[in-house]
Amino acid sequence: MLRAGDREERDMTTVFTRTSYTRTSFTRTSLAAHPPYAATAYRSTALRAPKQPLIVIAQTLSELTGPIYGHESVGPTDSDLTRQHAQPPQGERIIVAGRVLDEGGRPVPDTLIEIWQTNAAGRYIHVADQHDAPIDPNFTGAGRAVTDAEGRYQFITVKPGAYPWRNHANAWRPAHIHLSLFGPSFLTRLVTQMYFPGDPLLALDPMLTTIPDAQARDRLVAHFDLELTKPEWALGYRFDIVLYGRERTPMES
Amino acid sequence: MAGLTPSQTVGPFFAYGLTPRAYGRRELATNDMITPDASGTRIRIEGRVLDGAGAAVGEALVELWQADAAGRYAHPADGRARPNSAFKGFGRAEIEPRDGSYFFQTIKPGAVPGPDGTPMAPHINVSIFARGVVRRMFTRIYFPDESANAHDPILRLVPEDRRHTLIARTENLGAERIYVFDIRLQGEGETVFFES
Repeated sequence: MLRAGDREERDMTTVFTRTSYTRTSFTRTSLAAHPPYAATAYRSTALRAPKQPLIVIAQTLSELTGPIYGHESVGPTDSDLTRQHAQPPQGERIIVAGRVLDEGGRPVPDTLIEIWQTNAAGRYIHVADQHDAPIDPNFTGAGRAVTDAEGRYQFITVKPGAYPWRNHANAWRPAHIHLSLFGPSFLTRLVTQMYFPGDPLLALDPMLTTIPDAQARDRLVAHFDLELTKPEWALGYRFDIVLYGRERTPMES
Repeated sequence: MAGLTPSQTVGPFFAYGLTPRAYGRRELATNDMITPDASGTRIRIEGRVLDGAGAAVGEALVELWQADAAGRYAHPADGRARPNSAFKGFGRAEIEPRDGSYFFQTIKPGAVPGPDGTPMAPHINVSIFARGVVRRMFTRIYFPDESANAHDPILRLVPEDRRHTLIARTENLGAERIYVFDIRLQGEGETVFFES
């Protein structure tokens, strides 16, 4: 019995040695790009932001692994939100495309992106959305795509609408698309929102304005891209997503 | 160097995107993590997500990430062969809006290799997303009936008076072993959250 236990422990050591050769490094200074948990301007953080400091832990096998969902998790119309119902939805058809990269600029291949958004009128299909704007029976507003070998993804959808929320007097969320990504490990998990260029609501939106660094803020705004724009059919918006961590150079490993 | 994409809140309306059963969409993952090939002890994890006033958080998503009963992760960074290849170790649950409760059916994970070859006590990694939470919060569920907790390298980083927030309570419901793990985002008994 004891011998079996001994062997198991030795096996575990071997495994960890192997994973400690992982080629990704995570530098916590880059986490400053995120908005702070507590922000007066975004009221709902008041009772939901932790008051105690986060405890910094080593990157163990639990953090360096993570759920993997690839091409098998995406159905034929999952990345085209305009083809999920009998008729095309109302609104302005758009193409949203870009790359998923690590902080070293290297592509993150075969990683799942899940999106959800309002319809063109600014109404979510969610049962709890009470905004007085029409539901579009031909638009759910949810999609999935997996990046290719170069980290590229593409969605076809309609441009979402702005909608009111009760954060402050006459508060409106700028049009946005919610995105959820796994990336290669537990640490790379990201949920974020993509905004549209030129929207006058951007400067008024606490979700954005609470991000301390202006350059980081700008990274949440897609770029209009004429090359991505398909003549006679749809405008193209480019949105690259950079996940936490970067591959080590040989010097560092 | 490419600048990190900032996180944003999941908001209140994520269900039809991330937990869309009620919307007739195929779900990526559910709160039932057990697969036919998963060996080990079946357990139920349940709890509530509470805010700084002790009130239920009505709009939240909880995700679990765990190793199998032998402490192996379904991921290439864990190079060990796994006979239970269908067991992913990932689960998702939307909080029940009425009372902030959640539950998962899974199997109890085994000890996982830790830094310097020290085994880590069995644990489950937890992500919490919610309206009013601008960046994923993460923590760990440890089990009360594990002597290995005393030597766990991560638990030892946590001040002693806060360690209890990471250890589930156990209850028996008939033949089923239940582990109760409440997540307090703020205030009295605030759950320990990590950064790495």
